[in-house]
Amino acid sequence: MIRYIIRRLLQVIPVFLGTTLLVYYMVFALPGDPIAALFGERQPPQSVIDALRSQYNLDQPFWVQYGLFLKNLFTFNLGVDFTQQPIAATLARIFPVTAMLAIEALIIQAVFGVLFGVFAGLRKGKLFDSTVLVASLVVIAVPTFVLGFVFQLIFGVQLGWAKPTVGANADWGNLILPAVVLGLVSFAYVLRLTRTSVIENMNADYVRTATAKGLSRPRVVLAHILRNSMIPVVTYLGANLGGLMGGAIVTEGIFNVPGVGNKLFQAVQRGEGPTVVAIVSVLVLVFVVANLLVDLLYAWLDPRIRYE
Amino acid sequence: MNTVRIDEAGTAKDRPILEIKDLAITFTTSAGEFKAVKNAHLSIMPGETVAIVGESGSGKSTTALAAIGLLPGNGRVTGGQILLDGEDIAHASEKRMIELRGSHIGMVPQDPMSNLNPVWKIGYQVRETLKANGRPDGPDDVARVLAEAGLPDAHRRARQYPHEFSGGMRQRALIAIGLSCSPKLLIADEPTSALDVTVQRKILDHLDKMTTELGTSVLLITHDLGLAAERADKVVVMYQGNVVEAGPSLELLQNPQHPYTRRLVESAPSLASRRIQSAKEQGVEAEDLLAPAAEGTSRDEVLQVRNLRKIYKLRQGLGKSSDFAAVDDVSFSVRRGTTTAIVGESGSGKSTVAKMVLQLEAPTEGQIIFDGVDTAGLKGRELFTFRRRVQPIFQDPYGSLDPMYNIYRTIEEPLRIHKIGNAASREKKVRELLEQVALPQSTMQRYPNELSGGQRQRVAIARALALDPEVIICDEAVSALDVLVQAQVLNLLTELQGRLGLTYLFITHDLAVVRQIADHVCVMEKGKLVETGTTDDVFEAPQQEYTMALLNAIPGASLMLPPAVA
Repeated sequence: MIRYIIRRLLQVIPVFLGTTLLVYYMVFALPGDPIAALFGERQPPQSVIDALRSQYNLDQPFWVQYGLFLKNLFTFNLGVDFTQQPIAATLARIFPVTAMLAIEALIIQAVFGVLFGVFAGLRKGKLFDSTVLVASLVVIAVPTFVLGFVFQLIFGVQLGWAKPTVGANADWGNLILPAVVLGLVSFAYVLRLTRTSVIENMNADYVRTATAKGLSRPRVVLAHILRNSMIPVVTYLGANLGGLMGGAIVTEGIFNVPGVGNKLFQAVQRGEGPTVVAIVSVLVLVFVVANLLVDLLYAWLDPRIRYE
Repeated sequence: MNTVRIDEAGTAKDRPILEIKDLAITFTTSAGEFKAVKNAHLSIMPGETVAIVGESGSGKSTTALAAIGLLPGNGRVTGGQILLDGEDIAHASEKRMIELRGSHIGMVPQDPMSNLNPVWKIGYQVRETLKANGRPDGPDDVARVLAEAGLPDAHRRARQYPHEFSGGMRQRALIAIGLSCSPKLLIADEPTSALDVTVQRKILDHLDKMTTELGTSVLLITHDLGLAAERADKVVVMYQGNVVEAGPSLELLQNPQHPYTRRLVESAPSLASRRIQSAKEQGVEAEDLLAPAAEGTSRDEVLQVRNLRKIYKLRQGLGKSSDFAAVDDVSFSVRRGTTTAIVGESGSGKSTVAKMVLQLEAPTEGQIIFDGVDTAGLKGRELFTFRRRVQPIFQDPYGSLDPMYNIYRTIEEPLRIHKIGNAASREKKVRELLEQVALPQSTMQRYPNELSGGQRQRVAIARALALDPEVIICDEAVSALDVLVQAQVLNLLTELQGRLGLTYLFITHDLAVVRQIADHVCVMEKGKLVETGTTDDVFEAPQQEYTMALLNAIPGASLMLPPAVA
């Protein structure tokens, strides 16, 4: 088991090098000159441009730029972005916010998705099941930005249940509304996955045998249907956590959350290679660790799976 | 058989523990109402074992499930009574059924592979049964229950998961669970049909012993008439939802009244004792077929297997591995136009031999000589031709037909792959093949899921015959079929052999089937060939202890029947 974990962690190295190289190259290949864009309409003196180019190594060929980036990374010197802010400080600011948002969204989709999914599955074909199925389809069909603006208007502005935008002071309470929006889409998938899995397991032979043993219905459901049904759901949730950490650009934009998505979008627009790659590097680590955790949880849920 | 039994306390117990009267069960499906059980009646006295015998769809399992209140959601009792110790439970509340299950009615299910929850330890699954029925449920109680069912080293076993158990051990665990709360009635639904014969015998012996000790009545559901007769006091025969005949086991076997029972007795492989003699109808004496290889092409050895060996590397972690000989130094030969059976239990290596002969798996050592040519050197075009001449029929007719292909396409596919004929001639050929396997022409447009198991196996046979092969490898080709259907398929295979001069290599665990179809037998145990000979020799005078054990384990082997029925 330990060997397995070590091997998985070692896999981070090639994945990390590959992704950073790819992302760095894509930013490098973006059209337009980032330094010129920095000054907008004004034309700065050539000496200033040269100084900036040399500060960000933009005067070097691609491989040298990438090599210098790696060197700085491994000496824990991430440097500064185009507004002269230390990148390390930016990362320390944005990642906790997005982590809070992602965890809240994950809890919402896991708890409600599983709960509704189990009840729908157990009542297959009944009114509750059909209602939930149709409702989840609606949620899947409506794009996030529509959902985001509608929720912002209804719960934030008209009802005043939550702040319509988050702004600088992001905490668990302020993030509830974006978390709900963010969680809703995956909630629908979790629900449907749980429902299908429950229905499949309900008809399993061992469930009938469990009933034949004289177990009460709640025990049969909890011990023999629920645990077995969780196996595919956990896999999905784990894979989704990585997505939530990196991909909340739309939601973070609507609710003005100062998180990873917002920052990443900004950095890409400005062609700030170092910032983009720094953020992506952390995301790679998050993905790898999240996937490892899922695999370990998977083995715990299903004893037939053993890693060597 | 309605003798009054005296229980241990000495009081006359003349009331049946279970009495089913005029039971009718209806399933509601999208296609409408379906009466699965129309008229079932039976009674089981305390301590008695009663078997319900019938083919799939006869309603035997449905009747048993109704008795423990486990009918699937779309099924319901629409008439009659189920009296458990005098109480009608046909429409009992779920609450009452939960009280009764486990403590009053136990169940041993059919398939040990799918009836234990894979994510919980065996001990946990025993313990929750004890707990739910208010019995002491400490680790020692769990171990005692498992030990009583014949699991050695029960404390350690209780901490293992189902996937760490063999099929036989799982079934013991399920028997332990079924009997853990000493129910008065045990429903055993095909409890051993998924197990090897020798394991089957041990498990049934143990089940007999336990239920006798506990005084438990048993309702045994089986498709195997031999097994029913051997294990039960009374046999109830069900056919299309009706009980057509019932009576004391031997009496019913020796003197079946209902036409269906008669057919069942005739086709029960465990009771039949002779090879199906279609060769005789062709004017060839069976003895002739077995005569030492004479000159001429029709008697030559079409397939020779020499010192065949297959070694698998087993990983043991930390980069170490050990060798496992799945097949160890196996040699035999098959004469053209005859049937050679390879018998053995799971893990004996018989299927690996079949795979190697089919060139689906490469031997580690040894030679397979087909029609004088070593198959090891076959490549490309030659291998392609070899595949045309040697065709397989597999065990699972559900798994070996593509559900997305209709029957026409299924049978035509090998012809198309081997570029034989044009569309018109291929269609003609498919029609001929369907005729040969006695399927109506209308089958062509149907899909596998619309056919029964026996029909699907006929399709598989037709597909194997499409390329006019010389040798057909049947890997457990009839094991998944009901006895009557099995008998039909065996007859068909024998008839085709007589007509087309086919050679069969028959892989099976079922000695009764061997008796019916094979000329030669090779007995395999743990990768080695332990005995070979003509079927008559091996059955009448087995030389090896292992072969004897296999023969003794055939259910119903000891029963004497009028020979005429075979």
